[in-house]
Amino acid sequence: MWEVVNVIPAKDEMIKALEKRHGKELQNRFSSAVVAVCGLGGLGSNISICLARAGIGKLILVDFDRVDITNLHRQQYKASQIGIYKTEALSENLREIAPYIELEAHTVCVNESNAAQLLKEADIICEAFDKAEAKAMLANTVLETMPEKFLVAASGMAGMGSANSIKTRKVIKNFYICGDGVSDISDGTALVSSRVMLCAAHQAHTVLRILANEFET
Amino acid sequence: MVKINGECFDVAGKSLAECIAAMNYDPRLVAVERNGDIVPKSQYSEVILMDGDGVEIVSFVGGG
Repeated sequence: MWEVVNVIPAKDEMIKALEKRHGKELQNRFSSAVVAVCGLGGLGSNISICLARAGIGKLILVDFDRVDITNLHRQQYKASQIGIYKTEALSENLREIAPYIELEAHTVCVNESNAAQLLKEADIICEAFDKAEAKAMLANTVLETMPEKFLVAASGMAGMGSANSIKTRKVIKNFYICGDGVSDISDGTALVSSRVMLCAAHQAHTVLRILANEFET
Repeated sequence: MVKINGECFDVAGKSLAECIAAMNYDPRLVAVERNGDIVPKSQYSEVILMDGDGVEIVSFVGGG
Protein backbone atom coordinates (compact mmCIF):
# COMPACT_ATOMS: atom_id res chain seq x y z
CA MET A 1 0.00 0.00 0.00
CA TRP A 2 1.04 3.57 -0.66
CA GLU A 3 1.63 5.64 2.39
CA VAL A 4 -0.50 8.81 2.25
CA VAL A 5 1.46 11.87 3.32
CA ASN A 6 -0.70 14.96 3.60
CA VAL A 7 2.11 17.43 4.03
CA ILE A 8 2.27 20.39 1.68
CA PRO A 9 5.71 20.56 0.04
CA ALA A 10 8.01 23.44 0.88
CA LYS A 11 8.18 26.37 -1.55
CA ASP A 12 11.64 25.47 -2.87
CA GLU A 13 10.51 21.90 -3.55
CA MET A 14 7.58 23.17 -5.60
CA ILE A 15 9.78 25.58 -7.54
CA LYS A 16 12.26 22.77 -8.25
CA ALA A 17 9.44 20.59 -9.56
CA LEU A 18 8.27 23.41 -11.85
CA GLU A 19 11.82 24.00 -13.08
CA LYS A 20 12.10 20.32 -13.88
CA ARG A 21 9.12 20.62 -16.23
CA HIS A 22 9.62 24.11 -17.66
CA GLY A 23 13.36 24.69 -17.35
CA LYS A 24 14.88 27.25 -15.00
CA GLU A 25 14.82 30.23 -17.35
CA LEU A 26 11.19 29.83 -18.40
CA GLN A 27 10.13 29.18 -14.82
CA ASN A 28 11.86 32.38 -13.71
CA ARG A 29 9.78 34.30 -16.24
CA PHE A 30 6.57 32.63 -15.05
CA SER A 31 7.41 33.16 -11.37
CA SER A 32 8.11 36.86 -11.78
CA ALA A 33 4.95 37.59 -13.83
CA VAL A 34 1.82 39.35 -12.62
CA VAL A 35 -1.31 38.40 -14.58
CA ALA A 36 -4.80 39.83 -14.06
CA VAL A 37 -7.91 37.77 -14.75
CA CYS A 38 -11.05 39.88 -15.19
CA GLY A 39 -14.15 37.74 -14.75
CA LEU A 40 -13.92 34.42 -12.87
CA GLY A 41 -16.53 32.39 -14.72
CA GLY A 42 -16.00 29.60 -17.23
CA LEU A 43 -13.05 31.36 -18.84
CA GLY A 44 -11.48 33.08 -15.85
CA SER A 45 -11.63 30.20 -13.37
CA ASN A 46 -10.03 27.85 -15.91
CA ILE A 47 -7.40 30.40 -17.00
CA SER A 48 -6.47 31.02 -13.35
CA ILE A 49 -6.03 27.31 -12.62
CA CYS A 50 -3.81 26.83 -15.70
CA LEU A 51 -1.68 29.81 -14.73
CA ALA A 52 -1.42 28.83 -11.07
CA ARG A 53 -0.31 25.33 -12.09
CA ALA A 54 2.31 26.87 -14.38
CA GLY A 55 3.77 28.72 -11.41
CA ILE A 56 2.80 32.29 -12.30
CA GLY A 57 4.03 34.47 -9.43
CA LYS A 58 0.99 36.61 -8.84
CA LEU A 59 -2.62 36.64 -10.03
CA ILE A 60 -4.98 39.60 -9.71
CA LEU A 61 -8.50 38.12 -9.60
CA VAL A 62 -11.48 40.36 -10.30
CA ASP A 63 -15.17 39.43 -10.16
CA PHE A 64 -18.23 40.86 -8.37
CA ASP A 65 -20.36 37.70 -8.41
CA ARG A 66 -21.04 34.70 -6.18
CA VAL A 67 -20.88 31.02 -7.13
CA ASP A 68 -24.27 29.82 -8.40
CA ILE A 69 -25.53 26.28 -8.95
CA THR A 70 -25.79 27.02 -12.70
CA ASN A 71 -22.04 27.76 -12.80
CA LEU A 72 -20.91 24.29 -11.77
CA HIS A 73 -21.23 22.74 -15.23
CA ARG A 74 -18.27 24.73 -16.57
CA GLN A 75 -16.62 26.78 -13.85
CA GLN A 76 -13.92 25.52 -11.49
CA TYR A 77 -15.95 25.66 -8.28
CA LYS A 78 -17.34 23.01 -5.98
CA ALA A 79 -20.94 22.37 -4.90
CA SER A 80 -19.84 23.26 -1.36
CA GLN A 81 -18.88 26.75 -2.59
CA ILE A 82 -22.33 27.81 -3.84
CA GLY A 83 -23.22 31.23 -2.48
CA ILE A 84 -19.73 32.51 -1.75
CA TYR A 85 -17.90 35.16 -3.76
CA LYS A 86 -16.01 33.75 -6.73
CA THR A 87 -12.93 35.72 -5.69
CA GLU A 88 -12.96 33.89 -2.34
CA ALA A 89 -13.87 30.47 -3.72
CA LEU A 90 -11.27 30.58 -6.48
CA SER A 91 -8.56 31.87 -4.12
CA GLU A 92 -9.28 28.88 -1.89
CA ASN A 93 -9.10 26.43 -4.81
CA LEU A 94 -5.95 28.00 -6.24
CA ARG A 95 -4.17 27.86 -2.88
CA GLU A 96 -4.88 24.14 -2.66
CA ILE A 97 -3.16 23.69 -6.01
CA ALA A 98 -0.39 26.26 -5.67
CA PRO A 99 0.04 27.16 -2.00
CA TYR A 100 2.75 29.77 -2.58
CA ILE A 101 1.07 31.79 -5.35
CA GLU A 102 0.48 35.45 -4.52
CA LEU A 103 -3.18 36.37 -4.96
CA GLU A 104 -4.83 39.78 -4.99
CA ALA A 105 -8.62 39.48 -5.14
CA HIS A 106 -11.04 42.32 -5.87
CA THR A 107 -14.76 41.72 -5.45
CA VAL A 108 -15.89 44.58 -7.68
CA CYS A 109 -17.38 45.25 -11.09
CA VAL A 110 -14.65 46.51 -13.46
CA ASN A 111 -15.46 49.73 -15.30
CA GLU A 112 -13.66 52.50 -17.20
CA SER A 113 -12.96 54.43 -14.00
CA ASN A 114 -11.55 51.70 -11.74
CA ALA A 115 -9.71 49.55 -14.32
CA ALA A 116 -6.40 51.43 -14.24
CA GLN A 117 -6.16 51.19 -10.45
CA LEU A 118 -7.20 47.50 -10.31
CA LEU A 119 -4.87 46.41 -13.10
CA LYS A 120 -1.89 48.68 -12.51
CA GLU A 121 0.48 45.92 -11.41
CA ALA A 122 -0.42 43.46 -14.17
CA ASP A 123 1.93 42.70 -17.07
CA ILE A 124 -0.78 40.81 -18.95
CA ILE A 125 -4.57 41.14 -18.61
CA CYS A 126 -7.02 38.35 -19.48
CA GLU A 127 -10.50 39.50 -20.48
CA ALA A 128 -12.77 36.71 -19.28
CA PHE A 129 -16.19 38.35 -18.98
CA ASP A 130 -19.37 36.82 -20.37
CA LYS A 131 -21.26 39.88 -21.67
CA ALA A 132 -20.16 41.24 -25.04
CA GLU A 133 -20.48 44.86 -23.91
CA ALA A 134 -18.25 44.30 -20.87
CA LYS A 135 -15.68 42.55 -23.09
CA ALA A 136 -15.55 45.51 -25.47
CA MET A 137 -15.40 48.00 -22.58
CA LEU A 138 -12.40 46.25 -21.01
CA ALA A 139 -10.62 45.82 -24.36
CA ASN A 140 -11.00 49.49 -25.23
CA THR A 141 -10.06 50.70 -21.74
CA VAL A 142 -6.91 48.56 -21.56
CA LEU A 143 -5.78 49.26 -25.12
CA GLU A 144 -6.47 53.01 -24.93
CA THR A 145 -5.13 53.75 -21.46
CA MET A 146 -2.59 50.97 -20.73
CA PRO A 147 -0.72 50.52 -24.02
CA GLU A 148 2.30 49.01 -22.25
CA LYS A 149 0.28 45.95 -21.14
CA PHE A 150 -0.79 42.89 -23.11
CA LEU A 151 -4.49 42.07 -23.42
CA VAL A 152 -5.65 38.49 -24.09
CA ALA A 153 -9.40 38.56 -24.78
CA ALA A 154 -12.00 35.96 -25.78
CA SER A 155 -14.94 36.01 -28.15
CA GLY A 156 -16.99 33.09 -29.43
CA MET A 157 -16.96 29.83 -27.47
CA ALA A 158 -20.68 29.02 -27.08
CA GLY A 159 -22.35 26.02 -28.70
CA MET A 160 -21.36 22.57 -29.83
CA GLY A 161 -19.14 23.68 -32.72
CA SER A 162 -15.88 21.92 -33.43
CA ALA A 163 -13.06 22.21 -30.92
CA ASN A 164 -10.82 22.99 -33.89
CA SER A 165 -12.60 26.24 -34.67
CA ILE A 166 -11.34 27.85 -31.45
CA LYS A 167 -8.24 29.83 -32.42
CA THR A 168 -5.81 32.43 -31.08
CA ARG A 169 -5.24 35.49 -33.22
CA LYS A 170 -2.98 38.48 -32.76
CA VAL A 171 -4.92 41.66 -33.64
CA ILE A 172 -2.14 44.15 -32.89
CA LYS A 173 1.18 43.78 -31.06
CA ASN A 174 -0.32 43.76 -27.56
CA PHE A 175 -3.86 42.51 -28.31
CA TYR A 176 -4.68 38.83 -28.75
CA ILE A 177 -8.13 37.31 -29.13
CA CYS A 178 -9.13 33.67 -28.64
CA GLY A 179 -12.32 31.90 -29.71
CA ASP A 180 -14.20 31.30 -32.95
CA GLY A 181 -15.28 34.95 -33.13
CA VAL A 182 -18.94 34.19 -33.85
CA SER A 183 -20.65 31.68 -31.51
CA ASP A 184 -22.78 33.96 -29.35
CA ILE A 185 -24.49 32.88 -26.14
CA SER A 186 -27.31 35.33 -26.85
CA ASP A 187 -28.32 33.23 -29.89
CA GLY A 188 -29.68 30.74 -27.34
CA THR A 189 -26.87 28.29 -27.97
CA ALA A 190 -25.56 26.08 -25.18
CA LEU A 191 -22.42 26.87 -23.25
CA VAL A 192 -20.51 23.66 -22.55
CA SER A 193 -17.51 23.18 -20.31
CA SER A 194 -15.28 21.54 -22.88
CA ARG A 195 -15.54 24.35 -25.44
CA VAL A 196 -15.24 27.10 -22.82
CA MET A 197 -12.20 25.31 -21.39
CA LEU A 198 -10.65 25.14 -24.85
CA CYS A 199 -10.96 28.88 -25.16
CA ALA A 200 -9.63 29.42 -21.62
CA ALA A 201 -6.69 27.13 -22.42
CA HIS A 202 -5.98 29.22 -25.53
CA GLN A 203 -5.93 32.33 -23.36
CA ALA A 204 -3.74 30.80 -20.66
CA HIS A 205 -1.37 29.40 -23.28
CA THR A 206 -1.15 32.80 -24.97
CA VAL A 207 -0.16 34.33 -21.61
CA LEU A 208 2.59 31.73 -21.18
CA ARG A 209 3.79 32.23 -24.76
CA ILE A 210 3.98 35.99 -24.28
CA LEU A 211 6.05 35.43 -21.14
CA ALA A 212 8.27 33.03 -23.10
CA ASN A 213 8.74 35.70 -25.78
CA GLU A 214 6.98 33.53 -28.34
CA PHE A 215 4.65 35.75 -30.32
CA GLU A 216 2.05 34.92 -32.95
CA THR A 217 2.78 36.41 -36.37
CA MET B 1 -9.37 51.27 -51.22
CA VAL B 2 -9.52 50.54 -47.52
CA LYS B 3 -8.98 47.00 -46.24
CA ILE B 4 -11.50 46.21 -43.50
CA ASN B 5 -11.35 42.78 -41.86
CA GLY B 6 -9.34 41.49 -44.80
CA GLU B 7 -11.69 42.74 -47.54
CA CYS B 8 -11.26 45.84 -49.73
CA PHE B 9 -13.93 48.55 -49.62
CA ASP B 10 -14.24 51.82 -51.51
CA VAL B 11 -14.74 53.93 -48.38
CA ALA B 12 -11.77 56.37 -48.45
CA GLY B 13 -13.00 59.74 -47.14
CA LYS B 14 -15.67 58.21 -44.92
CA SER B 15 -15.43 58.28 -41.16
CA LEU B 16 -14.82 55.16 -39.13
CA ALA B 17 -18.19 55.68 -37.40
CA GLU B 18 -19.95 55.70 -40.79
CA CYS B 19 -18.26 52.45 -41.79
CA ILE B 20 -19.10 50.77 -38.49
CA ALA B 21 -22.76 51.72 -38.96
CA ALA B 22 -22.84 50.78 -42.67
CA MET B 23 -21.39 47.36 -41.89
CA ASN B 24 -24.06 46.81 -39.20
CA TYR B 25 -21.67 46.58 -36.27
CA ASP B 26 -22.92 47.67 -32.85
CA PRO B 27 -20.40 50.35 -31.79
CA ARG B 28 -20.82 49.34 -28.12
CA LEU B 29 -19.46 45.86 -28.87
CA VAL B 30 -16.38 46.66 -30.94
CA ALA B 31 -12.69 47.43 -30.60
CA VAL B 32 -11.06 48.86 -33.72
CA GLU B 33 -7.46 49.00 -34.90
CA ARG B 34 -6.21 51.07 -37.80
CA ASN B 35 -2.75 50.45 -39.24
CA GLY B 36 -1.66 48.63 -36.08
CA ASP B 37 -2.95 51.12 -33.51
CA ILE B 38 -6.11 51.00 -31.47
CA VAL B 39 -8.61 53.76 -32.31
CA PRO B 40 -10.01 55.38 -29.14
CA LYS B 41 -13.78 55.01 -29.00
CA SER B 42 -14.23 58.78 -28.68
CA GLN B 43 -12.55 59.27 -32.08
CA TYR B 44 -14.69 57.01 -34.28
CA SER B 45 -16.50 60.01 -35.81
CA GLU B 46 -13.33 62.05 -36.30
CA VAL B 47 -11.15 59.37 -37.89
CA ILE B 48 -11.42 59.66 -41.68
CA LEU B 49 -10.31 56.55 -43.53
CA MET B 50 -7.66 56.98 -46.21
CA ASP B 51 -6.63 55.02 -49.27
CA GLY B 52 -4.38 52.14 -48.21
CA ASP B 53 -5.56 52.04 -44.60
CA GLY B 54 -5.86 48.65 -42.97
CA VAL B 55 -8.66 48.39 -40.44
CA GLU B 56 -9.84 45.58 -38.25
CA ILE B 57 -13.14 45.77 -36.43
CA VAL B 58 -13.28 43.18 -33.63
CA SER B 59 -16.90 42.65 -32.64
CA PHE B 60 -17.30 40.78 -29.37
CA VAL B 61 -19.97 38.13 -28.85
CA GLY B 62 -21.21 36.98 -25.44
CA GLY B 63 -20.23 33.88 -23.47
CA GLY B 64 -17.51 33.10 -21.01
